[in-house]
Amino acid sequence: MKGVRHYPGFLALTILCLVVLYAPLAVVAVYSFNGSASITEWGGFSLRWYADVFTGPEAARFGQAAWNSLTLALMAATTATAIATAAALAMLRAGPFRGRQASFALINLPLMVPEIVIAVATLIFFSTIGFTTGYLTILLAHITFCIPFAYLPIAARLEGVEGTYEQAARDLYASRAQAFRLILLPLLMPGVISGWLLAFIISLDDFIITNFVKGAGMETLPTAIFGSVKQGIKPNIMAISTLMLLVSVLFVTAAYLVNRKSRQAPATKWKSS
Amino acid sequence: MAAPGNIPSPASDTGYRSLIGPLLLPTWAVIGIFMVLPVLLMAVYSFLTKEFRGGVIWDFTLAAYDQFFVTRGLFGDEPAQIEWTYIAIFWRSIWQAGLATILCLLIGFPTAWFIATRPAQTRGLWLFLITIPYWVNLLIRTVSLKFLIRDNGPLNESLMGIGLIDGPLPLVNTNLAVQLGLFYSYLPFMVLPIYAAVERYNFALSEAAADLYASRWATLREIVLPVVKPGIIGGCILVFVPSLGAFLAPDLLGGAKTFMIGSLIDEQFKGSQGNWPFGAAVAMILMTLVLIVILFYARAQARGVTR
Repeated sequence: MKGVRHYPGFLALTILCLVVLYAPLAVVAVYSFNGSASITEWGGFSLRWYADVFTGPEAARFGQAAWNSLTLALMAATTATAIATAAALAMLRAGPFRGRQASFALINLPLMVPEIVIAVATLIFFSTIGFTTGYLTILLAHITFCIPFAYLPIAARLEGVEGTYEQAARDLYASRAQAFRLILLPLLMPGVISGWLLAFIISLDDFIITNFVKGAGMETLPTAIFGSVKQGIKPNIMAISTLMLLVSVLFVTAAYLVNRKSRQAPATKWKSS
Repeated sequence: MAAPGNIPSPASDTGYRSLIGPLLLPTWAVIGIFMVLPVLLMAVYSFLTKEFRGGVIWDFTLAAYDQFFVTRGLFGDEPAQIEWTYIAIFWRSIWQAGLATILCLLIGFPTAWFIATRPAQTRGLWLFLITIPYWVNLLIRTVSLKFLIRDNGPLNESLMGIGLIDGPLPLVNTNLAVQLGLFYSYLPFMVLPIYAAVERYNFALSEAAADLYASRWATLREIVLPVVKPGIIGGCILVFVPSLGAFLAPDLLGGAKTFMIGSLIDEQFKGSQGNWPFGAAVAMILMTLVLIVILFYARAQARGVTR
C-alpha cells in the first residue's frame, strides 16, 4: 500500500527544498541579533538593532513608511474584499449569464499580466490624466491587484456552500438581505477572512507597482527598505526584515487556522448528519 | 494560486439573478479603469514620440519599436541592420526564466509528491512550511539571499572555514546569482499547484501498474506524470511568467552583465535618461510573450479536459 507512494530520494529533495527556502531567512534572523555594528563579524547576542529600528536615526523614516504600508494595506484589503465578495455572489449564485466568462477573465487579469507591465501601465495612466502620484494612486493600484487574491478563497468557500440553506431561509419568509446576512455571510466568513488576509499581505508585500506610482517623497516599507539596501545591507535592515517576517508568519498562521476551522463549519456538519 | 482555465459552474440561483449588474459593477469599474484602460493607454504610448525628462509628445511614430529591433549605426546613417542589444536581453531573460522553471520543477515535483503522500495529520504541517516563504515579502527574501551569498557572507565564510575553497566564490553580480534568486523566489509557486494535482491522484493507478510489473520509475513516467500534468504545467507557468519580468532578483543580485527585461523597462522610467515610449514598447513585447505562454497553457488545459 505504502510502496507505490514511496520514491527514494524524494525526502532528501524535500529537505533540500526547505533548506533553500529557509536558510537565507534564518541567517538574516540570526544576524539581526548581532551586537556588532559590522554585518560580517559576530559581536554577541544583542537587541540593539531592534532598538535602533524604533529609536535610531532612521526611525522616523521607517516609522512613517510602516504607517503608510499598514494603512494602505488595511484600506486596500478591505475594499478589495468587499468588491470580491460581491463579484463572487454574482459569479456563483446567479446562475449562468452573458458576460460571465468575460467577468472571470477580468477578475483574473491582474494575476496574468506581469507586475512590471502593470506598474508601467498604471504610471502612464495616472500621469496622462494628470493625477499627482502619491498615497491615493498607490491605494487605487493596490485595490486593483488585490481583487483576485481576495476573490480566490471567497469563491472557493462559496462553491462549497450549497444554495439549499438560503433557499430554506427564503422559504421561511426571510428577505434576500436577511438570508444573506444571517445565513450565507456567516457560512462564507472563513473565505472572506482568508481573502482579506491574503489581500492584506499582498498589498504589504508589493514593491514594483508601488515603486512606479509612489512619486517623490512618498515611501512604503518595501520601497524604504529597497532605497536603504541600495547603499548596502545594514544591521537595522535585518532587524526590520525579521520583524516583517514575523508579521507574515503570524498572518499565514491565522489564515491556516481559519481554514482548518472552516472544515468543521456547520455546512459540512449538517450535510453529514 | 489561480491558474486561468476552468470556470466553476454556477450554483443554482438563490435570488441574486436580478443583482448581477450591481454586484459585478465594482469589479468591472475598478479593474476596467485601473488596469485594462492603463494597458490600452500603454499600447498607445509605445507609438508616441519621446520627450526628454520623461513623458511623451503626442506624435505617432514607430520609433520605439524601431529602436528595439533596428540599428542604423552610431550616427543613424548606415544601412538598417538588426539591433541585437535588446533581443539579447530578452533572450537572457527567457533562458534564465526557463532554467529557473526547470530547476524549480526538479526540486518542486519530488517535494510536492512527498508532502502529498504524508499521512493526513502531518501533511498540513509540511504544507504550512512551504506556504510561509510563499507569503514572506519577496524584497526581504531577495535581500536575505544576497546577505547569505555575498563575498564575505556566511556561505563563503563557512565554505572557506571548512577548507572547501581558498577565496570567496564571486557569486553576487553574476548570472548564477540571478538564477539562484529566481529559483529561490518562485520555488513555492511550483510546489503548490503540483501538490494540488498529486493530492487528487488516484494511487490505485500506481498499484495497478506495480501489479503489472512496472518499475517505480516507469510508473512515474508512464502513469503519474501524464495524470498530474495540468498541475505541472500550472506550476511551470507560475514560475516562468514572473521570472521573465522579474525585477528584484536581477536588480539586487545581478550586475550590468546580467541585465533582464524588468530592469530594462524600469530604466526607461527613471530620471532624465528615461524614454517612456520605448519602455512602453518593451512592456508591450513582454506582455505579448506572456500572453503567448498563457494561451499555450489554456490550450493544453482544454486538451487535458477533453482527454
